[in-house]
Amino acid sequence: MRTIRVIIAKPGLDGHDRGAKVIARALRDAGMEVIYTGLRQTPEQIVDAAVQEDADVIGLSILSGAHNHVCPRIVELLKARKVDDVLVVVGGIIPDVDVPKLRALGITGVFPPGTFMQQIVDFIRDHVRPAPSGTA
Amino acid sequence: MTAGKRGTSATAEPTRDDRPDRFCTTSGLTVDPVYTPAHVAALDYERDLNDPGEFPFTRGIHRDGYAGKLWTMRQFAGFGTPEETNQRYRHLLEAGGTGLSVAFDLPTLMGRDPDHPLSLGEVGKCGVSIASLADMERLFAEIPLSTITTSMTINSPAAILLAMYLVVAEQQGAAWRDISGTIQNDILKEYIAQKEYIYPPAPSMRLVTDVFGFCAARVPRWNTISVSGYHIREAGATALQELAFTLRDGIEYVQYGVDAGLDVDAFVPRMSFFFNAHNDFFEEIAKYRAARKLWSQILREQFGARDERAWKLRFHTQTAGVSLTAQQPYNNVVRTALQALAAVLGGTNSLHTNSLDEALSLPTVEAATLALRTQQIIAHESGVTDVTDPLGGSYYLETLTSSLESGAREYFRRIDDLGGMVAAIERGYPQREISDSAYAAQRAVECGEQVIVGVNDYVEGETPDVPTLYIDESVAEQQVERLHRLRRTRDADRLSRSVDALRAAARSRDNLMPPLLEAVRAYATLGEMCDALRDVWGEYEETPAI
Repeated sequence: MRTIRVIIAKPGLDGHDRGAKVIARALRDAGMEVIYTGLRQTPEQIVDAAVQEDADVIGLSILSGAHNHVCPRIVELLKARKVDDVLVVVGGIIPDVDVPKLRALGITGVFPPGTFMQQIVDFIRDHVRPAPSGTA
Repeated sequence: MTAGKRGTSATAEPTRDDRPDRFCTTSGLTVDPVYTPAHVAALDYERDLNDPGEFPFTRGIHRDGYAGKLWTMRQFAGFGTPEETNQRYRHLLEAGGTGLSVAFDLPTLMGRDPDHPLSLGEVGKCGVSIASLADMERLFAEIPLSTITTSMTINSPAAILLAMYLVVAEQQGAAWRDISGTIQNDILKEYIAQKEYIYPPAPSMRLVTDVFGFCAARVPRWNTISVSGYHIREAGATALQELAFTLRDGIEYVQYGVDAGLDVDAFVPRMSFFFNAHNDFFEEIAKYRAARKLWSQILREQFGARDERAWKLRFHTQTAGVSLTAQQPYNNVVRTALQALAAVLGGTNSLHTNSLDEALSLPTVEAATLALRTQQIIAHESGVTDVTDPLGGSYYLETLTSSLESGAREYFRRIDDLGGMVAAIERGYPQREISDSAYAAQRAVECGEQVIVGVNDYVEGETPDVPTLYIDESVAEQQVERLHRLRRTRDADRLSRSVDALRAAARSRDNLMPPLLEAVRAYATLGEMCDALRDVWGEYEETPAI
């Protein structure tokens, strides 16, 4: 039985970390192992952390509009390092018009304001690759 | 009435007829079913309330309340290029706004130029991009700074943006002695809540007290700080935590000012405050009243201030951004109106009302205008402004005011025991308290204990499309190109002399405003000035607590 390992990261210059911290705590309470990177991480630092920590999931919290720059870069860096089993999800203020662009990158978990913590827990359990065996 | 559909993952299914046995405020204060004279029997009118305009100012700092002068309707705005924001300001002033309030983008807040690698994707997104005096000139083009008051939400680089504003005022022919406005300049709540800090606490606090000292002498009508509970609340604090941490921050600033050799009666009268207006109507009103009472008592008794203006807590209020929902966004108009009414009944001195679309994007001009109209309707149609502190004497409100006051004093004792607010922050105390409250609040929504209309009750499948403002990358391209042109055309000698002088001043104990003003006049960029200070002071890194 393998515990799901999640990196919660705040990329960009924004410091509003309420959402990131609440989600980190909810995932931990749901039995996942959570590494919170702290603030102002570059895409390179986030991908490095994911590789070093052998993470199953990268959860990004972005409220500032920087997702159009940050998300493609993270996906590109993962590809360059031949990492294909990390699920990337993003929460925050993401305009509707940008959601298809994120989906095209393979980021299907996009969580707007008002999303329940439980929905995010469920999404991660359903989509994590490879499927964990026998987690609660 | 049929029960609304709940969010699919709500774990409990309370029905609307199933009312709880007892109610609590957001701060966890238990509420009795009814309030009577017995609840307020211990209160002494003159000691605890007194008439509006009289110590301890529980009922307001002005004897005639809003009958004399309405609050300032000050809508926070900023996005894209300085020209785009200038257009929005002129629209808001034409629509009856009575003051300006500048929202800066993240690179500006963090002291980075638009072409810095960390600024990628952030230029002009959350506010206006201001990289040098040239941008500040564009921002206030054809806006007379001699008559308009401006609030600037900027903290770590506050002294630099203030210097830019002063130089623009000078260019317009406005005397520094006459201009007025507010600089947020509140670094403590950045460490606690919003996290837009650059330098470690000691040099950051020096920048704050340098602004206190400079303005007391040269810009006497300027509000040198806006001690902010707003962001503390948005980060998850309860009303009580917002009150307690904000007032304790205020005490810390006064103490640092005194320690820097300033006279309490010279700088405290220009300190101002900034609170949130959240959903729990009466608790919010009580919070503002308790804040005024606490501040006057602390300044008179603890710091021995003699100037009555130092006892009077003046504050701006913004309705709670965090209470806005992306679901059924038109409901946000109603939430904002109720929150604004609480701020007015609590005697706010200025007010920003949020726009209905702010859970989705920065506000469109239509949404921002409706938010301003909300204030105008309260001011001119509701009648609540005709009488000063109309709720004074309410058994319930006075009980809540007393409870919040004593709860705040209990927090002050805990923070004093930790060695003061800077020490408490370094140990993560307020940050942990706030995270705990944020998590508890989210759980209360998910288990249905706290109903949020449109989110966990009365849910509709489809969200109506509301128009939103979209900032594209052309803003960044334009700002970067301008910056490169500026770097080619300015006087290189004057520039390097001024930046060297700034670095030297940072190593000394001299007031930093004069060298900052000279660097601004030499068109040093914000990033260049902040880097000069980074060279001397280094950068702060927090240990995150979850």
